[in-house]
Amino acid sequence: MSGIGEVTVGPFRPERPLDTVEMMLNMGPQHPSTHGVFRMVLWIDGERIVDVEPHIGYLHRGSEKLCEGEIYSEIITLFDRLDYVSNFNNELVFCMAVEKLAAIQVPERAQYIRLILCELNRIASHLLFYGTFGLDAGAMTPILYGFRDREKVQSLFEAVSGARLMHNYFRIGGVKQDLPADFRDRMTWLLGELRRGVDECDRLLTFGEVFLARTRDVGNIDAQTAIGLGLTGPNLRATGVPYDVRRADPYLVYDRLEFDIPVGDRGDCWDRYYVRVQEMRQSLRILEQALGQLPEGPIMAPVRRILRPPKGEVVAHAENPRGDFGVYLVSDGTDKPYRVKVRPPSFCHLMALKHLLRDCYVADCVMVLGSLDVVLGEVDR
Amino acid sequence: MPAPTAGQRPRPHAQAPAEVPISEKAKALAQLLQQTLADLGPDIGGSLGEVVATVAPEHLPEVARRVKESPDLAGDLLWCLSLVDYQDRFEAVYHVYSTQKNHRFVLKAGVSQGEPHLPSVMSVWPGADWYEREAHDLFGVVFEGHPNLAPLLLYEGFEGYPGRRSYPFYDYQEW
Repeated sequence: MSGIGEVTVGPFRPERPLDTVEMMLNMGPQHPSTHGVFRMVLWIDGERIVDVEPHIGYLHRGSEKLCEGEIYSEIITLFDRLDYVSNFNNELVFCMAVEKLAAIQVPERAQYIRLILCELNRIASHLLFYGTFGLDAGAMTPILYGFRDREKVQSLFEAVSGARLMHNYFRIGGVKQDLPADFRDRMTWLLGELRRGVDECDRLLTFGEVFLARTRDVGNIDAQTAIGLGLTGPNLRATGVPYDVRRADPYLVYDRLEFDIPVGDRGDCWDRYYVRVQEMRQSLRILEQALGQLPEGPIMAPVRRILRPPKGEVVAHAENPRGDFGVYLVSDGTDKPYRVKVRPPSFCHLMALKHLLRDCYVADCVMVLGSLDVVLGEVDR
Repeated sequence: MPAPTAGQRPRPHAQAPAEVPISEKAKALAQLLQQTLADLGPDIGGSLGEVVATVAPEHLPEVARRVKESPDLAGDLLWCLSLVDYQDRFEAVYHVYSTQKNHRFVLKAGVSQGEPHLPSVMSVWPGADWYEREAHDLFGVVFEGHPNLAPLLLYEGFEGYPGRRSYPFYDYQEW
């Protein structure tokens, strides 16, 4: 007897239990389900994950260092490229930091324009999450539904800023140009489409039996651990903590608008998913009110092209689709910042992966990672 | 928006630091920090509405534990840890947020540039883990008590500390 097909089956010996060996499994960095260039090393015992070591840094471009060599108005383009799914929100945070430092009053119309675009961006980002999360669970249709509606938002962004991604539309002190003449009509149409689209997405996936089986009570985290690890945004709210920067530390004109903060109760994958779906509805509510209140007026404060804010340091933060995104800016009074430190929410979310994945099944690891909705651009900077 | 003419143009750029009136909340917070850390000799100040407490680096774990466990401060979320290179010293800046009290404050500790060492605060805030690894990676600050200071953003074998001001700007290493 020879060859590779040889299998010998010995007698069954109950006194000798089956040996298990811990195995190391590498996943990524070019794995389609890691949502970017992200690698994790899993130590598995059978189908159970014993430990996990995430490896990041594949997309490190030194953005913070680059900021030290650019004048203030040029840095906005660098912020576009951090969280490349919600560009408007990133630009906003940097502009807010400089405006706070240099005591620039942004005109009301510009604030409303910013708010409308940021909320639209939140919906676009959550729709992308919806699609990819469905795909992670093995459902093909959600991504088509998600992208169908996201495309409409992107076309509006193109009409407003001239670019579908990397808009570079916000300026320190306002926005680049006024809205197109037909903006109000397009928005009214878009809001109707999105409302229908979100409802349709919700019906398609949320309470599906297979989807529930894959996400309910998978990757649980309790509020205390989540806060300790620095989780923010929908991932924290899924554990029941109603922390939302829009409410806790209102910026722009959020204090004039009515909206609810959806929270979950178990902090599992399904909660993290459903908080986002409900958030899209709240964003639509905000958008409707903001569109009604949108005033006329100037869109830029008088600001020098080459801005020299006074010496000092400042923190600005905002509620991004992913969480509490912030900037710590130190100025030495010249036209370039002395130090820019970005506080990316996804960075902390990936830190939590170690806690979330312990004792999970290997098959669920993709779901847990997907439910955190990380963007590697802002993790690696 | 009408084009501003040269004569009327306001000049918000050529100004003294912006004056933000200190709110009652910030005053109360500063007092609380002073009380909680009284015997550690903190230097309480403020900038643009933020309350800043500067402490000695060796007191950091104790300070962190106190601000987290104090029921009035309840700083349970380490929002961010940033390092700033002031040429003569590094400054570690801890932004702390309290989800229960909804307030934020800043802890600062200076450390000399020669052989920068700071105690780790991971035992208080587990979320400090990657922030400290990143600071070690980019600035070369060693965090004592951190279980694993492996490179995070840079690759193994990268030489130099690119976060520092002295690191050449347009000089990069080939793989």
